Parts: sequence; C-alpha cells; structure tokens
Amino acid sequence: MATSTLSQQDSRLAVHSLFKRARGGDEIAYLLTLASAVGILVIVGLIVVELWINSQPTVHRFGFSFLTGTRWDPNGDHFGALPFIYGTCVTSLLALLIAVPFGVAASIFLAEMAPPGISNVLTFLIELLAAVPSVIYGLIGIFVLVPFNRDYLVPVLTHLFGYLPIFKGDFYGVSFLSAGLVLSVMVVPFIVSVSREVLLAVPREQREASLALGTTKWETTWQIVIPNASTGIIGSIFLALARALGETMAVTMVIGNTPKITASLLSPGYSIAAVIANEFAEASGSLYVSSLIFLGLVLFGLTIVINALARIFVITTQRRGS
Amino acid sequence: MATPQAIRPTQINVPIETESVKASPMAKLKIRNLNFYYGSFQALHDIDMAIQPNKITAFIGPSGCGKSTFLRTMNRMNETVRNTKVEGELLLDDENLLTMDVTNVRRRVGMVFQKSNPFPKSIFDNVAYGLHVNGIRKKSVIEDAVQRSLEHAALWTEVKDTLNRPASALSGGQQQRLCIARALAVEPEVLLLDEPCSALDPIATLKIEELLFQIKNLTTIVIVTHNMQQAARLADSTGFFLLGKLIEFNDTRKIFQNPGKKETEDYVTGRFG
Ligand SMILES: Nc1ncnc2c1ncn2[C@@H]1O[C@H](COP(=O)(O)OP(=O)(O)O)[C@@H](O)[C@H]1O
Ligand SMILES: [Mg+2]
Repeated sequence: MATSTLSQQDSRLAVHSLFKRARGGDEIAYLLTLASAVGILVIVGLIVVELWINSQPTVHRFGFSFLTGTRWDPNGDHFGALPFIYGTCVTSLLALLIAVPFGVAASIFLAEMAPPGISNVLTFLIELLAAVPSVIYGLIGIFVLVPFNRDYLVPVLTHLFGYLPIFKGDFYGVSFLSAGLVLSVMVVPFIVSVSREVLLAVPREQREASLALGTTKWETTWQIVIPNASTGIIGSIFLALARALGETMAVTMVIGNTPKITASLLSPGYSIAAVIANEFAEASGSLYVSSLIFLGLVLFGLTIVINALARIFVITTQRRGS
Repeated sequence: MATPQAIRPTQINVPIETESVKASPMAKLKIRNLNFYYGSFQALHDIDMAIQPNKITAFIGPSGCGKSTFLRTMNRMNETVRNTKVEGELLLDDENLLTMDVTNVRRRVGMVFQKSNPFPKSIFDNVAYGLHVNGIRKKSVIEDAVQRSLEHAALWTEVKDTLNRPASALSGGQQQRLCIARALAVEPEVLLLDEPCSALDPIATLKIEELLFQIKNLTTIVIVTHNMQQAARLADSTGFFLLGKLIEFNDTRKIFQNPGKKETEDYVTGRFG
C-alpha cells in the first residue's frame, strides 16, 4: 500500500517535470519539427528506392538506352522512353509559352491596375479554374477545343506558318497542340494567383520612390515593381511547369496516345504520365511493368531537376538583384 | 507664367501674418487655404505658407499632426492614397501645381523618405534611374550626372570604386545619402525630405545635415523633422504644426528663441507631451 502511493507520486512527479520541460518548449518543438522534416525526406527517399527496385528488369535489359530509345513495343518486349519524355516536355513547354504571357499580364492587371474590388472578384474566379477537376478539362478539350482547333485555329496557323516544321502535316484534333492548349488553361491560375500576391507584396516605399522621380505609374510598374517581384513570378512559372509535367487525365484525353516523336505540333503524341495511367492496369510481363515504373522514376527525376534549376535560378538572380 | 492669383497682394483669410508670407511674391512654393482629407478625416486645416527659394524650411510638431501629409501634398504623392481630397491652392513658381501634369510636378519637386528605400539595383543604376525614365540615353551625360549627384550627396568618395555593387550593401546612412543622390539626379527645384535621419545614428545624421546645407544653392529644401535641434541647426524658417494646423511659421531663430504662440513655446521648450 505504502509503496504503491509512493510510485504513484513518483509517476506524478515525472509527469510534472515533463510538463515543466514542455513549458520550455524548445526541445520538444525541435524534436517534433525535426521528426517531421526527416519523415518527409524518408518518404521521398522510399519512393525513389521503391521505384528503382521495381524498375530493375528494365534497367538490366536496356540500361541507359531506355531513355534514348524511340520504340515502344510491348508485344515485341521492346521499350524506349524517349517519345514519352518528348511528349511531356513539348506539351509542358507549349503550355508555358501560352500561359506565361497571359498569366503574368493578368496578374499585373489584377495587382496594379484593377480597382481592388474588381481585382478580388476576378482573382477568385481565376483561382476557381484551379479547382476544376482535370477530367472536366479533358472533356472540354475533346468537345470544345479539338473541334475549335480543327475548324478555326489550325487552318489559320497552317495558312500563316505552314512552312514551319512545327505546323506541318495533317491535323486530326488530338495532338501536342491540343494538349498544350488544355494544359495552358490549367496552369494559368497558378501563375496568376502567385504572381499577383508577390506583386501586391512589393513595398509601397519602392513604388513611391519611383513615382517621386516623376515616372508614370506604368514606368514604375514595369521598371520597379515587376523586377522587385521577379523572383516570385519565376517561382510561380516553375510551379506551373511542375503541374503541367505531371498532369495526366486531361492530357491523355487530348494528346492522341501515340508514342511517336514528330516535330509537328499537329501530330498526336504521348506523355509519361498518360502512358503510365493508360497501360499500367493491362501491363503483362515483368519487363512491361518495370518499364512503366522506370518511366515514373524518369518523371520524378524530371520534376526534381526542374525544381532544382528553378531554385538555382532564383538564388542567382536574388544575389545579382539585391 | 504669371497667373492673376500670383500677383494678388494679400489674402483675406491668412491666419498669421508672418514675414515669410509677406515676402511671398518671390516664393518658390505658395500654399493657400490648404485643406486635406483622408476620407472624412480632415488631416490639414487651412494651411497658408510661402516657401522661399534656396532656403531650408523645416516642419516640426508632435507625431500625427500632419507634417508628412502636408509634405506629400507638395509633390502630390498623397494622390496615391485612395479616398483622399485636397482643397485650396498650391503654386509652384506661380503655376497651379494641382492642375499640372503629375509626373512633371514630381520631377520638379523631389522627395526623400523616412526609411531609405534604394531600388534592388546597383548604386549606379539607382542614381541613373530617374535620368533613364526621363529619356536621357547618352552614356556620358548619365555618368556625369551620376557622379555629380553622388558628390552633392557626399557619397562619391565612398562609392566611386564600387558603383556596380548592389545598393543594399551600403550602410543605413549611405543608403539614405544614395536616396538623396537619386532624387538630386533629376535636378529637382524643390527637395522634400520626410524625417530623413530618424533611423540614423548621430554621425550619419550630421553628414546629411552638412550635405543639405551644401546643396541649398541648388534647390529649395523642405524638411520634416522630429528633432528640434536639427531644425534649429539647419533651417532658415520653421513651421510648427499641431493637430493639422500650422500654428506658427517664422524665422527659425524666432521660433526657438521668441515664439509668438503659447503652443509653440510649450513645444520647443519641451513642456509639450
Ligand atoms: N493613409 C492614411 N489614411 C488615413 N489617415 C491617415 C493616413 N496617413 C495619415 N493619416 C492620419 O493623418 C494624420 C496626420 O498624419 P501624418 O501626416 O502622417 O502626421 P506626421 O507626419 O506629423 O506624424 C494622423 O492623424 C494620421 O493618423
Ligand atoms: Mg510623418
């Protein structure tokens, strides 16, 4: 009886001292945040390891030539990844080429020119675009964009620029061009909402310093506000790029799912994410499955490289700027 | 351009007849019956003042009394604040400043802010910016103007070998002098300074006071300060503001040694809160 009360007291003391420590908070906060940081790293590491282990049959069979191989022939047990890498890069770059000028211009309008009330409403609507499920974009792509391209856009493009290799050949609707256009609409909200935020965050003192020298509002926007926000704007572009690289559903619905490398944007193609989604369920044979898994690793590597490039770019421009 | 108002001999509702106001025909800036509103809040009440060319005019007064607001009406910087209204007359060389092209006003009436705000550019580009946007392209002209402005701002010897370094690498006092050089580069006729030394140590402050004294012959200086010694050391005329009203405006010596109003006396002798 006596011992039990004593040990009860002991444990109460222990709990008490723990709380006393906790009130200090530093160690516990340190451990918790450290554990979270390490945990995230471990998960990323596990994904890479798992993908690598499961892609071993393909690595042994094809080695580096998997990345440069242009033939994708599951029946003949021959797998090359280049058409998918090509399709992913072409559609993403095309999407950026369209989305960046529109997105940045829209964010400048919303942050610098529109009255705050209108700006908030428009920004809300544009951000809604990011909440639309990608399968809806795919449907709009098929039922609206593809016919529009066939009837209006492509005839004009081939008429004006038909001599360029990128606009040569027949157009059947599904194509790099259609996929890039759908993607551009999908990534624009990321560019607009992030760029608008960073433009709005440019300090008032910077704007006033410029205006006080007798510059117009537009000169101040162009020469002072945008350079001040450039790091964040570039960040938003890379965010959009990462989104475009990984987009699966909408792309697979309009790209044509044809593993071919052609210079013409009017031709159908394929992307990494699309081929994984389309073929994984029906993949028979360990080489087929492991090739798709290796493709997943390639996509993962691609996004990591692009993010790293973005980081380096941002750091170097920052150092040069201020 | 002499407008009819400019030669009107006296105003009817001038609250205080001071020597500076009487000397108004040759004033650089004339302010008459100026009222200013942030929304429904009236921040300035019936300000009348004449600012003499190539002199230093200082504004003192407790914080919140409208010194910055008044300064910022003189280059129309307050227009960038939403929902504001200005009433009255502001004449720059007898020209109505409120109806002039605003970029023209601001090029002629420069401004230096409380917190130094260099652009994230090199030292050289900071000073050259105002010239660029005003259409000057010739490299030699720009280089000369940059050097001259930095010399006037007493910064040239310190930065002449590091003109391509980022402005952010400079110390706080140097950054503020850079901002002065940037403002001087476009050769303003009036230079407004809003507590330019409030974030600086005494030595950096002294440097700025010295350079302001040196550039008096180039431009007309209007400075807001919370430091009464600074006003006493620097200014030819001093205005004392209280609750949005100009209580007294006179020769600096008169304001500090023989103020005409009880409120001024309380403030300059430190009896005021
Ligand atoms: N942007 C603004 N909106 C509303 N009221 C303001 C604004 N700026 C200043 N005020 C008010 O106007 C008065 C004068 O302010 P200010 O000119 O900054 O005074 P000072 O520079 O003498 O300290 C203060 O009561 C202040 O609260
Ligand atoms: Mg102030």
